[in-house]
Parts: sequence; structure tokens; C-alpha cells
Amino acid sequence: MSVIEMDGLRKEFTVRVKAGPLRREKRTVTAVDGVDLRVERGEMLGYIGPNGAGKSTTLKMLTGVLTPSAGRARVCGLRPVADRTRLALRIGVVFGQRSQLWWDLPLRDSFDLLRHVYRVPAGAHAARLARCRELLDLDGFLDIPVRQLSLGQRMRGELTAALLHGPEVLFLDEPTIGLDVVSKQAVRGFLAELGRAGDTTLVLTTHDLADIERLCRRLVVIDHGRVVHDGSIAELHRRYGSRRMVVAELDVALPEPPVLPGAPVQRVEADGRRLVFALERASVAEVVAGLAGLTTLRDISIVEPDIEEVVTRLYRAPAGGAASAVTGAP
Amino acid sequence: MAERGSASRVAELRAYRALLGAQARSQAAYRTSFVVDLVGNVGATVFDVVTVLVIFGVTRELGGFTLRETLVVVGLSSCGFATADLLVGNIERLPRYVRTGLFDAVLVRPLGALPQLLLMDLPLRKLSRAVFGLAVLLFALVSAGIDWTPGRVALAVVAPLAAVVFFGSVFVLTATVSFYWVDSGELANAVTYGGRDFTSYPVTVYGGWFRALFAYGMGFAFVSYHPALALLGRADPLGLPPWTGWAAPGVAVVAAALATLAWRVGVRHYRSTGS
Repeated sequence: MSVIEMDGLRKEFTVRVKAGPLRREKRTVTAVDGVDLRVERGEMLGYIGPNGAGKSTTLKMLTGVLTPSAGRARVCGLRPVADRTRLALRIGVVFGQRSQLWWDLPLRDSFDLLRHVYRVPAGAHAARLARCRELLDLDGFLDIPVRQLSLGQRMRGELTAALLHGPEVLFLDEPTIGLDVVSKQAVRGFLAELGRAGDTTLVLTTHDLADIERLCRRLVVIDHGRVVHDGSIAELHRRYGSRRMVVAELDVALPEPPVLPGAPVQRVEADGRRLVFALERASVAEVVAGLAGLTTLRDISIVEPDIEEVVTRLYRAPAGGAASAVTGAP
Repeated sequence: MAERGSASRVAELRAYRALLGAQARSQAAYRTSFVVDLVGNVGATVFDVVTVLVIFGVTRELGGFTLRETLVVVGLSSCGFATADLLVGNIERLPRYVRTGLFDAVLVRPLGALPQLLLMDLPLRKLSRAVFGLAVLLFALVSAGIDWTPGRVALAVVAPLAAVVFFGSVFVLTATVSFYWVDSGELANAVTYGGRDFTSYPVTVYGGWFRALFAYGMGFAFVSYHPALALLGRADPLGLPPWTGWAAPGVAVVAAALATLAWRVGVRHYRSTGS
């Protein structure tokens, strides 16, 4: 049995739109439009998409916050809305923009309260807290009221709060949003460590693709409420034709961009003294050889495919085209 | 199995107690303002009582009731409303809980959403009002010259509790409307605070459709007016049978059931916020 199952999961909202000075029209917006997905135990799934794609809505349906309009969802074999409180004991949730902590109390008190809320035996609670204190370096601010913590400190507190009851599944909605580089690294390192242990399933939504590259082998891209890609990051590159690039720095600009077989010019920069080639069929050596016959090279560098660029292209693709690319329909 | 069930019940109650403790400590973080609030909060409830006294300064009877009799009505209403306001009143801040994400946060915890919200935002400063309301009720019961029977003693205990449950249900019911209609605050206030004012006087002072709507359409007559009649041993001038004086607990249970149902349906309709 998969830890998470979604079959035709769908969520519609009715919004009232101003249609005149007094008139208001009802309009139905489909936030999640028939998502089918299976997540296995111990998987680390990156769930990404542009703003309004339906990421958070999906997570809220899986955690029992929102009732689906149609379709079926199971998490740990439970129905998220109907079995909400039983499910809550088995999942952890971090919403980047809302808090599970008590604003006016020292961070330490929140952890103690959550022990009661989740009915965790004192021993297990202490062991998990000790581990988080070490890995997330909490000791410096355990006695400070949460409202006085920096965002990075608070997020480390939120992560701890979500894990003290030993959840089987951890849902993270934008856990690195607004964090500085150091805090981002700390959070990512901690989650990677959690993933290595292998018994926690992790579902992560994010805007920061570095989170995904660092943490997730599997990537689900959602747009307009539909899954447009489900697979590894390498598959994403292959499918959407993301290519390695060769950047050639020239001493003198060429009169016009050179035509090399299997390596079209992507960009011309620095007044023609920097050329960027995409490696389609040609190898790096062929590009270098081809260029060497035309001019003198100052420098050559190779740029690995950038997931950000792939995803941006994916978002721009019309929904129908992207969807048919996934299903492989002609 | 049953034993495990009761053990987890106890653990759950302990969790709620922990939430209450946290709320008390949070408010203690602002101690000075808490004391000021505690004193300042008596104001509104005192005002209700003073209003009645002022009215009796110009008239000897109000809707056919003397001052001492009316005070029983006022006492039941004040005590019931102030206590319900203390325990449940802050649920009118539901739109804020939705906006700040607190509502999402409590929904992913293994406890009931409504009790969590109530305990996490329990306005302890309103304690003074509830104490004042109780004092008014006790004074009224002692001074009204009630012919005490075991039944009336029981009613004197149960009727204020029923009033608390009834007003609490009204708070929840009106707050639930905001699941569908975010700007429903004014309407909610009209019902809750309107209801409190309505129950502060014998229903005989009101007339027509207004009385029919508030007293019997919404059931506010059973909060203070009918129990007061039964306690005082008076027949209803409007001609309702004597058992209506004892109907308060039943009406409260119906109101609580309606409120629970509405809350559950409302939570299912909950739409959360954008992110």
C-alpha cells in the first residue's frame, strides 16, 4: 500500500467576481484538477508549480484541512477529512507561512505543549527533541519567546515541532521561503538527513528549486491543477530537452554567429565575444574543434542543465501541450 | 478496548488542560495590561444592570414585573451571557483565525478544532464579568422572596448553566456564518448582543413580530424569562403553560446540537486562504 494515494483528486472554489457596480458573478475556479498520484514509504517527493498551480491546495486536502470536491485521497490508509484527528497523529505539517508555535511563550514551552497535544511518551519526546536540538542547533534560543525569534530560528523550531511525535509523513509547504542562505542550508541539511534515515516520507512544495535538487529524487510538476511531469529530475531534462551548454569566450567577436552542426547558438553576449551553444547532438570536443577553426578561444566552460530554466519553459507551455507530453499522446 | 478508549480520553483532556495553561501563561506575559483589562471588563455588564435600575427609577413595574422579579431575569441573562462570552465568545474572531492561519494550524492537530480555538484564545480578562454576573444572579435569587422547593433549587442551578450553553451555541452558530460570508460580523453581533439585551428584560415589554422572532423563533425567551417565571412561581402573562419554565435545559441542548452540526458543516465548507 502506498503511503499517499490520490485518485482524480479535485478541488473547486466558487469565487464572486465583480461584474458591475452592483452585480456579482459566481465563477468556479478549479484549483486542483484531477490529480492521480502514489507516493511510497520513504520517498522524498518534490511538488512544484507556479503560484496558484494548486500545490498548497493539494497539501491541504491531504492533511484534512480542505475537503476535496471530488476524487479520493488516502494518507497512511486514512481518509484525511473524515479521520482528521487520527491522521494528525501520524503526519507532520510545516506551513512556511503559518506557525504551530505559541507566539508569547519560549520555544521550549511549545515543544512541551505539543508533547501533550500529540500524547507522546516522555522518553520518546525527549529523545527526538535531543536529536533536533543537535541537528538544528536550537540550544541558543530555546528560552526565547517565539515572537522574538528570527525567521530562520522560527523555521527550525517549526521543523522540530512537526517531528516530535515521530510522523510517518512530513508535509512541508514552502519550508525555505524567506530564509537567508545559512538557514536554508541548515533546513536542507536536516531534511536530507531525515530522508537518509528512510522511514519518513517527505512531500515538499517549494519555489526554490535548489531545495528539490538537493533533496528529492522524484519531482512532480503541477500547473493549472494538473500534473504535467512526474519523474526524476534527469527525466525532466530529457523530456523537455534541456541541454548542457558550452560557453565560449572569444578574443575577437566573429562577424556573425558560427553555425556548428548539432550545437545551435543559444545566446550571444559581451558584444559577440561570448557565445553560448546548446549541446544537442554535438559533443564538447566537436564544438571546441569547430570554433578553433574559426577563431581563437580565450576560455571554454560547460554549464550543466538548469532545472529552473526547464521548469520555466514547462510553465509557459500551453496546459494541453504539456499534459499530452506527459501522457505521451500523439 | 474500552479501557484504551477512556485512557486516550484522559490524555486528550490533559492536552486541552495544557492548552489552557499555555493561554494563561501567554496572558501573564502582559501582566499589567491584564489587570487593567480585568477591571475594565466589568464595565459593560455593570452597565446592563444599571440600565435596569435606572428604568425602575421612573416606573414601579416593567412589563408587569417588579424590580426584584426583573432582577432574577437580569441575573440569569448576565450570568449566562458573561460566562458564555468568557468561554466561547472569542469564536467571533474566526475570520481572524482563518486569516492568520491559526485555523489551518489547529486542523492539522489531533484534537477538536473548536475546543482548541476556544482554549488557545480564552479571554481570561472576561473572568471579572462572569463573576459579576454570578453575583447579580445570587443577589436576585436571595432577595426575590422565592418559595424554595427542591425543584426550584435544581432549576436555580440548571437554568444559568442552560443559559451559558444557549448563548455559547449562539456564538458558535453566528460565527459559523463567517465560513460562508466573511463580512458577517455585524449580523452576528446583532443576534448575540441583541439576544443578550433581549434577555435582560421580561419578554412582556416587547411586542409583535419582534418578540415572536427573538423570544420563540430564536428561543431567547427560555434563557431567562421562562426560568424566572418558574422560580418566582408566576404564571406567564402571555399564557404559555407552566412547563415552559422548566424547558431551558432542553432548549439549550437543542441549540448546542444545532451549533455542533452547523460547525461541522462549516468546517467542511472551509476554504482556507491562498497560500
